[in-house]
Amino acid sequence: MSVSSGKIKILLKLFASLRLGRFDAAYREYDRGISVAGVIRIEGLPEKEVTLMLVNGRHVECDHTLADGDTLALFPPLGGG
Amino acid sequence: MKKLIDTLSHHAEGDLLPLAAARIIAEESGLTVAGIEDAALRSGILPARYARNRNTISTDKQRILFQSSVAVVGCGGLGGYIIEELARIGVGHITVIDPDTFEEHNLNRQLFSGIDTLGQPKVAVAARRIKEVNPAVTIVPVRDAFTSANGRGLIGKADVVADALDSIPRRLELAEVCEKCAIPLVHGSVGGWYGQVTTQFPGEYTLQKIYSRHGGECGIEKDLGNLSFIVPLIASIEVSEIVKILLGVGSTLRGKMLSLNVLDMEFTEVTF
Repeated sequence: MSVSSGKIKILLKLFASLRLGRFDAAYREYDRGISVAGVIRIEGLPEKEVTLMLVNGRHVECDHTLADGDTLALFPPLGGG
Repeated sequence: MKKLIDTLSHHAEGDLLPLAAARIIAEESGLTVAGIEDAALRSGILPARYARNRNTISTDKQRILFQSSVAVVGCGGLGGYIIEELARIGVGHITVIDPDTFEEHNLNRQLFSGIDTLGQPKVAVAARRIKEVNPAVTIVPVRDAFTSANGRGLIGKADVVADALDSIPRRLELAEVCEKCAIPLVHGSVGGWYGQVTTQFPGEYTLQKIYSRHGGECGIEKDLGNLSFIVPLIASIEVSEIVKILLGVGSTLRGKMLSLNVLDMEFTEVTF
């Protein structure tokens, strides 16, 4: 479970259609200081399909800086009625 | 009034008023069925259609529902089920807003669509349906698109507003009008196997947070479409939220969003 210096480990959870062809949840290592937007970019997630972001179950904006041990949950937009 | 109460008591079967009796009294008194049932509820007599409600919803609470007003914005998938369930549980005043007519691609999920109603205005079909389901309900069909400009006039008198729209920008306009009118808003939306619901009161801005990063008209439903079973699931949760708000009971999704994924059967609660 040890994380190399300068890295943080987070649990990344993908919801709804974001997990199609990807994964439900996975532990990932990123550079310390990475933002939610940085994770979206590194993971190659389509930016327009990630509109709701939660860290440890609470809503955050995409410039939120992640900390070691965080759980990041990403949701796509639903607009149908 | 005393004469009317005596007549109601005479026709009641125990403490239940059958519809046939309400109709006879309405004809004799010149009042509407809605007026008769209102008088009955005020006298502790329950219209018989609500007999299976009453161990959960008392006659007093049934009267509160009957005197309540809900605006349903959108009369497609979510809206159809929301209107049906509101009328059946006994919400007395329902305003239905939608500019569209039924098209063939609505048939996979929209309750009021059928072969015979294709091409007809959705709100007109809804009004006909509700008169069959519960003639005591006052339904106001508005064949118009909801906008920031006409919104206050359309929903301003509602106790609660139901979001059954199919456009994210229109939803945000609706949230803004509800904020200005100080009306609670129950939001639902769907796409593919997925759906979400939240309830927001003035000052909470949950919907604005949900869609804060979104710039387009649609969400994932543009690619995934909408399936028959997710629509009534989300609509029913929206109605349960509306009823709780009207009656002041239970716990709602204020400050939270419930996300449903029936493909993996995961229900996730998000906190704002």
